[in-house]
Amino acid sequence: MMKKRSKHEFKSNTMPAMVTVGPVAILLLFLVVAPLIFVAVMSFCQTDEFYNVVYRFTAVNYGKLVSEDYLKIYAQSLLIAFVTTLICVLVGYPFAYVIARTKSKKKQLFYMLVIIPFWTNSLIRIYGWRTFLGNSGWLNKLLMTIGVVSEPVEFLYKTGTTVLGMVYCFIPFMVLPLYTAIEKLDDSLLEASSDLGAKPVKTLFEVILPLTASGIFSGCIMVFIPCLGYFFVSNILGGGNTDMIGNLIERQFKSANNWPLGAALSIILILVTLLLVKIYQKLGGDMDSLGV
Amino acid sequence: MRKARKEKRKISLSVAFCSMVYLFLFLPIFVVVANSFNATTTKPYLSWKGFSFDWYIKLWSNSSLLESFGNTIIIAVVSTILSTVIGTLGAVGIYRYKFKGKGIINAFLYIPVVIPEIVIGIALLTIFTNVNIPRGMVTLILSHVSFSVPYVIFNVRARLSGYDKSIEEASMDLGANRVVTFFEITLPVLAPGIAGGALLAFTLSIDDVIISYFVNGQTKTYPLKVMESIKSGVSPDVNALSTLVLIGTIGLVYLTQSGVLSGKHKKI
Repeated sequence: MMKKRSKHEFKSNTMPAMVTVGPVAILLLFLVVAPLIFVAVMSFCQTDEFYNVVYRFTAVNYGKLVSEDYLKIYAQSLLIAFVTTLICVLVGYPFAYVIARTKSKKKQLFYMLVIIPFWTNSLIRIYGWRTFLGNSGWLNKLLMTIGVVSEPVEFLYKTGTTVLGMVYCFIPFMVLPLYTAIEKLDDSLLEASSDLGAKPVKTLFEVILPLTASGIFSGCIMVFIPCLGYFFVSNILGGGNTDMIGNLIERQFKSANNWPLGAALSIILILVTLLLVKIYQKLGGDMDSLGV
Repeated sequence: MRKARKEKRKISLSVAFCSMVYLFLFLPIFVVVANSFNATTTKPYLSWKGFSFDWYIKLWSNSSLLESFGNTIIIAVVSTILSTVIGTLGAVGIYRYKFKGKGIINAFLYIPVVIPEIVIGIALLTIFTNVNIPRGMVTLILSHVSFSVPYVIFNVRARLSGYDKSIEEASMDLGANRVVTFFEITLPVLAPGIAGGALLAFTLSIDDVIISYFVNGQTKTYPLKVMESIKSGVSPDVNALSTLVLIGTIGLVYLTQSGVLSGKHKKI
């Protein structure tokens, strides 16, 4: 039986579709797709002696990408992003678990307290860490006052400090999808598991973790990928000792003024992103849970 | 008895753990707030010279800081309005109509969400430079709209998935035209999704550092102004302004949550 067509449907959908979807399509085309294609084109261009971009084909930028210095920085970037993601999971998971499953009336408040730090600009908060950790910073003052150390300890400009700053920036992006996934956990499944004699550890690995894996995957994507590009964290806390690929790109577009090389470096980031998103989808990840 | 004690220990352990995480999240904010009361007047404004409200007064004569803050607000308001309108229309259209390229549009929406901001930033910079759009307010607003629209669409779409089309048909059966139906029926149903999307767009815009850093030209936003002063030391009037903003937002959220501003709770 044919479904009755509503009498209000247009014979052609072209007009209303154009009016509603047109603006988004134009926006995506001119401000997302075209710019990225342009970056790809630029990565094969040259510069003249005044650092202007010359549109003549060359693969020389890609040749520069494999220099030893750069390879070290890629390795460092991947290491920092990996350790950051790992810490975010290890700390974020139990944390999200407790606040998602609490029966306290203040649950809403606990959730809000994860969001509130966002209302102070991330740059200012990272600078707050620098104020706290610096040589004449408050932590050193405290340690010296109570006599733990006699000389200020150099906390800044270490890989660990940059990791701390990255964990700080991104842990909410791990906690929020985990919170959503854990909150959906059905109590009766946990009870069933323990009724059937499973120890808590077994319930964790065979019931809780598999059921919340989607949250872990999307959290990892939302921490690992942006971490590679957050140049200001390594600038402020790493002081040039902990450069990441984002710092390399930033430099080519600002002080070093070699846009084609910066474009080629960006292509690496785009490829890494595509690869990780493909893996995420293969693992059964839902793209919609990346939109928070 | 023993089980109860074990349960109690488990609870205090998780309370302790969560408090540590919250402490970690709020520690730099405490530092920022505390330093806004620092009486120091010498760069880099790090050592504590006693308590004072001076920076809260000096703040009002720091015209470049206030101007950058004004820019941030203007950009956030304009880009939120634009991205909310474009995103809401788009979400409705994508949900409702069949057209060629729908799959492509859906896929492209994820690009600004997953690609690192720095890549979006330099990509916009290169295109703006190449088509000779002078960098400043306009390019900042365009860029902010481009990364906010997908989030608005996702929020509205989440609301649409449970949406019953027949109420629109009922509206039109009763004689309302398409436009009236959109404003009187569709919009009110989608309102929570739209509001959520708009709030997210506003937050993203206000907090954006990386993309703005590449497309701003001579126009300074508040975060960029801070970035500029980091080398020489951020003066405590920046902290004072941040503190005021934080108090303002917390107050606003408290008022909306408790229903004072919306006023709807009382009527119903």
